[in-house]
Amino acid sequence: MTFQSNDPSASVLLELEDLTTVFPTRRGVVRAVDGLSFRLRQGEKLGIVGESGSGKSVTLLSILRLVPYPGQVSRGAVRFRGEDVLSKSAMEMRQIRGRDIAMVFQDPMTTLNPAFLVGEQIRESLRIHQIVPRSNGFLSRIYDPLRKAAEYRRVWGAMSDVGIPVPEQNARRYPHQFSGGMQQRALIAIALACEPQLLLADEPTTALDVTIQAQIIALLEKINREHGTAIVLVTHNLGLVAEFCHNTIVMYAGQMMEMGGTDAVIEDPKHPYTQGLLRCLPQVTAKRDKIYPVPGLVPDLADLPPGCPFSPRCEQVIADCSGDVPLKQLADGRMVRCVLY
Amino acid sequence: MRAVKILERVLITIPIMFGVAVVVFFFMRLTPGDPVDIMMGQAGAVSTGEIEQLRREFDLDKPLYMQLWLFLTKAVQGDLGYSYTQKRPVNELIFDRLPATIELAGGALFFSLVIAIPIGIISAVRQKSLVDQFSMAGAFLGTSMPSFWLGIILILLFAVRLGWLPVQGRITYGINLEYVTGFYVLDSLLGRNWPALVSSVKHLVLPSVSLGASVAAIVARVLRSSMVEILRQDYVTLARAKGNREFLVVMKHALRNALIPTVTVVGLQVGSLLGGNMIVESVFSWPGLGRLVVKAIFERDFPLVQGAVMIYAFTFVIANLIVDVLYTYLNPKITL
Ligand SMILES: Nc1ncnc2c1ncn2[C@@H]1O[C@H](COP(=O)(O)OP(=O)(O)O)[C@@H](O)[C@H]1O
Ligand SMILES: [Mg+2]
Repeated sequence: MTFQSNDPSASVLLELEDLTTVFPTRRGVVRAVDGLSFRLRQGEKLGIVGESGSGKSVTLLSILRLVPYPGQVSRGAVRFRGEDVLSKSAMEMRQIRGRDIAMVFQDPMTTLNPAFLVGEQIRESLRIHQIVPRSNGFLSRIYDPLRKAAEYRRVWGAMSDVGIPVPEQNARRYPHQFSGGMQQRALIAIALACEPQLLLADEPTTALDVTIQAQIIALLEKINREHGTAIVLVTHNLGLVAEFCHNTIVMYAGQMMEMGGTDAVIEDPKHPYTQGLLRCLPQVTAKRDKIYPVPGLVPDLADLPPGCPFSPRCEQVIADCSGDVPLKQLADGRMVRCVLY
Repeated sequence: MRAVKILERVLITIPIMFGVAVVVFFFMRLTPGDPVDIMMGQAGAVSTGEIEQLRREFDLDKPLYMQLWLFLTKAVQGDLGYSYTQKRPVNELIFDRLPATIELAGGALFFSLVIAIPIGIISAVRQKSLVDQFSMAGAFLGTSMPSFWLGIILILLFAVRLGWLPVQGRITYGINLEYVTGFYVLDSLLGRNWPALVSSVKHLVLPSVSLGASVAAIVARVLRSSMVEILRQDYVTLARAKGNREFLVVMKHALRNALIPTVTVVGLQVGSLLGGNMIVESVFSWPGLGRLVVKAIFERDFPLVQGAVMIYAFTFVIANLIVDVLYTYLNPKITL
């Protein structure tokens, strides 16, 4: 079965509205995510790009309500299938985590638990959400070999789906016996074990070699195509987004700077920050011997300038930039936060 | 595979024990004071003839290398010699006393783990809470409080003032207990002797607490800091993102890894529980090996000291072996 990729009639799966997540620090309250709103439809692939520290990971953690203490969501709403996630009980939240929304993290080396077999870690996802029902019989609560066997068949299935060879053997290995690429595949298998509707992928390829990166992206592509899993792909690599995502959000200092269809954003970037990010992308077509990083330093969230947070690094800065800079919708439906429009 | 590796480790103890034997032999003889002189000093005036005879009897008239040779060849056959002062085989003396020492060390270890593991976990999970601050202050006290002082305070409070627990010894005088292993708690269980069980456990409480307090403090601190470190790891966040209950996140995913450094520390402490309990044994008149050895050192009872030190070393090596095996179960990256 193939799913309609970017169908505007597909129902909204995830909706963020004015989401704001703060961290109290010694130097004042830091807004890691600052008034972020977007919608994600069923089966959609959305990219979130931005330099490190722009609040991408915190956005994903906020959706699952896993923001590390002392951070917290201070404003806004997260709606999943129309239901308010932020007001759910701890138990309802646990049912969503892993079963409806799964997450893949940046560094596979540190994300698998070193003490447990890889197969057991994949099986745990199934167990938590009771994907395979218990057998009959009064002992089945403590001893249920049939169920375990059924679970392992699913574990092996998930492992071969993500391209781990000889799953029966590799399930009985420990994480440190896997290469980085295999570890990330195992983590994707963990995420997909319960067939979630939404996959949050936080820089899933950043820690990997370039060739492995391409394989992992192809794998995510396949999952999206075959299962219709909606994917939020967080990355600082615009090239990846160009290749993979229907829609793209550009974030800076916790704020949305630009949002639109990926092709439009890449071919005709509106925001000076997006233009800067694109310029630092090494291109294969045009022969260039120089890459241009966005000038200036990543902003200090505890000490942002008034108005547009990007203004100190912007080449097109004008006086208005220090005033209030609202998000504007352009004629083609794109959103841009810049006084130039 | 594991069995072969364990056997290898057991065989390595042989050269270790040999080294210990040689070192303790020379150290004893380097200490000033002659065993016969000390013995005679206590006995009063004696003739030089009698002194010579004693020297011959103890082989002290032979050259050092001969003495060492005799000691080692006998030790290999399991004979640790004859005590100068007690006029009994060292083996017998040690095995009379060793169970008491091991039982006390076991009690202290049990007490310290029962206290330290929950405290370490809770203070890491509730970092900077009142519970955490209170326990860490307690742990600081625990490491800085001398065990004899704690022992005396405990005796004054729980034995003298409240009368809940006995002051000294291993079991109430007059209770009959059939000795099988020499561990009173175990023996009374084996014989289904409930009065003996109650009495021996009661006797064990205060010495165990005095001896185990500092170990509890150390273990609680190590466990807390490794838990704090591990709770920040990505795989703990993943455990939550999978939908695990917080209890399992902490007790399965975090604790399992935090125990790795903790087990190492516990292993080192077992040595101090076995070999560092002379003071607690004295405070509680606990008939263990520690008091015997102290006395033997003062009397320059070479065979007894040598034998006891070798037994200490042996139990220490075995305790470490157990820790290492446990370690491989906890940490799959390590093979023996
Ligand atoms: N555990 C934390 N404690 C304090 N501040 C944090 C924490 N995690 C994130 N932040 C703040 O949130 C900002 C955004 O972080 P993050 O979402 O991880 O960025 P990105 O994933 O885009 O690189 C950081 O720059 C930091 O100021
Ligand atoms: Mg990040």
